[in-house]
Amino acid sequence: MKAVKEMIVHERLRGPRAPLDVDRIREDFPILRQQVHGKPLVYLDNAATSQKPKVVIDSVTQYYLAENSNVHRGIHLLSERATQAFEGARAKVARFLNASDAKEIIFVRGATEGINLIAQSYGKMRLKAGDEILISAMEHHSNIVPWQILCQETGAVLRVAPINDDGELLFDEYEKLLNARTRLVSVAHVSNALGTINPVKQIVEMARRRGVPVVIDGAQAAPHLPVDVQELDCEFYVLSGHKLFGPTGIGIVFGKAHLLEAMPPYQGGGDMILSVTFEKTLYNVVPFKFEAGTPHIAGAIGLGAAIDYLNGIGLGRIAAYERELLAYATDAVSTIPGLRIIGTAKEKSGILSFVLDGIHAHDIGTILDQEGIAIRTGHHCAQPVLQRFGVPATARASLAFYNTPEEIDALVRGIHKVTDLFG
Amino acid sequence: MSDLRELYQEVILDHNKRPRNFQKLEGANRTAEGYNPLCGDQLTVYLRMEDDMIKDISFQGSGCAISKASASMMTAALKGKTKSDAEGIFETFHKMLTADLSIKFDPLEVGKLAAFSGVREFPVRVKCATLPWHTMHAALEGKGQTVSTE
Repeated sequence: MKAVKEMIVHERLRGPRAPLDVDRIREDFPILRQQVHGKPLVYLDNAATSQKPKVVIDSVTQYYLAENSNVHRGIHLLSERATQAFEGARAKVARFLNASDAKEIIFVRGATEGINLIAQSYGKMRLKAGDEILISAMEHHSNIVPWQILCQETGAVLRVAPINDDGELLFDEYEKLLNARTRLVSVAHVSNALGTINPVKQIVEMARRRGVPVVIDGAQAAPHLPVDVQELDCEFYVLSGHKLFGPTGIGIVFGKAHLLEAMPPYQGGGDMILSVTFEKTLYNVVPFKFEAGTPHIAGAIGLGAAIDYLNGIGLGRIAAYERELLAYATDAVSTIPGLRIIGTAKEKSGILSFVLDGIHAHDIGTILDQEGIAIRTGHHCAQPVLQRFGVPATARASLAFYNTPEEIDALVRGIHKVTDLFG
Repeated sequence: MSDLRELYQEVILDHNKRPRNFQKLEGANRTAEGYNPLCGDQLTVYLRMEDDMIKDISFQGSGCAISKASASMMTAALKGKTKSDAEGIFETFHKMLTADLSIKFDPLEVGKLAAFSGVREFPVRVKCATLPWHTMHAALEGKGQTVSTE
């Protein structure tokens, strides 16, 4: 029976009516064609960082080969080309997120820096002692610590919305925590440790009724779901390029233009100014006000290429494929005795966190690595949520659209090896 | 699987399953905590010292098979040893885990701890094996601080 079911699912994911042609897609990712410890690489650590299609690698190479120059100083041709490519990438990001204007897109190093920028610029401007910032119990450290720092600096108070045993926000509790003192809400669109897709649109609506601005950490969402910041109507949305099949060291802050215009700069330096004298400095307009120093030009161009690539496939198809693959993986690992999935929300992205009775995640990770299977083990930079579930660490397989049902089968075989060894 | 068997030798699996001296030590006069922030492994080492002698030693905490077995076998190896003996064994153990793969170790010198020689081939796991020992060292020194692998 199991074999028949497996075949049906394989057919759904591989057959002519599959949401996408995964074999064709895998050819775009050179890194996937290698062996690890003598076994074909099975890369299931996409929530940590995703692999890059050749078009992204080529775009970065091409930039350094033919266009490398500094931006926004366009007196010579190369600088003009670099500026066009860099600003072109910004426009691509704006369209990708459906921002109404490219000036609402700020290039940063990643989602982490994005949240720090919002905390230090917007947060410091708006918050005072006794004000509250509301986050959730499932946040990544990068959506906890910047707010703790801000609280220390301003005397504001960090409040944490609880979750249930499936890893879903408790909406009633959430609503209660949103009160007259709440000045800011920050929440993960998708939890990196649990895979939960949070109902961010409802959160924004709820916050809007109380006039509270919302920051959405989209690091784990943007690579897997269509995101429309106008439809969400959030004040800020951050993401990391390297999780979006782009280069490391590049990320995005989307901010509503009127907020960005009111906010003070995050860092001072070149490029973020209009004029400087020792008496007075005039800051540049947005988004440049927030981009001090020479930016990661190649990274932005690579991110633009990644977005082109994703658009070529379509986030809708990617989400459909990954949903199917996650369902297959969830069913498959659920048959393993002693395995417990951490994070069983109804709305989930392709993240499969699990623990095995009496076997530590590190040991799982080492044994799977010997099978060529790359997963993450540990606390996933989200220690509080693991404490919530009473586990010090989990093993986490995280999917991307280039993963196949056969790779899930390999994962299941690998986990059986783990339980055999420790049996 | 051969490599994995090198790492997860029977004696290590046994100590992981049935850790020895795995409790809080009544009458302990030295303790220290160890922590690996990368994976969340955490343990406490308890010592009851009489003069320079480790009269009793135990540990508590949570961690992977390598760290748990290492802590368990450490307690077995160090009970009744003097402070300087313990430091010497730690030094040998540490060398065994970090030395070049070409260097062979005299089983007589390291005794049962030779079971950990396979950890050398798994560099990311060396910290798992050494954390209990660093923690024991801190307890011996009586500094009472938390030991971290990072």
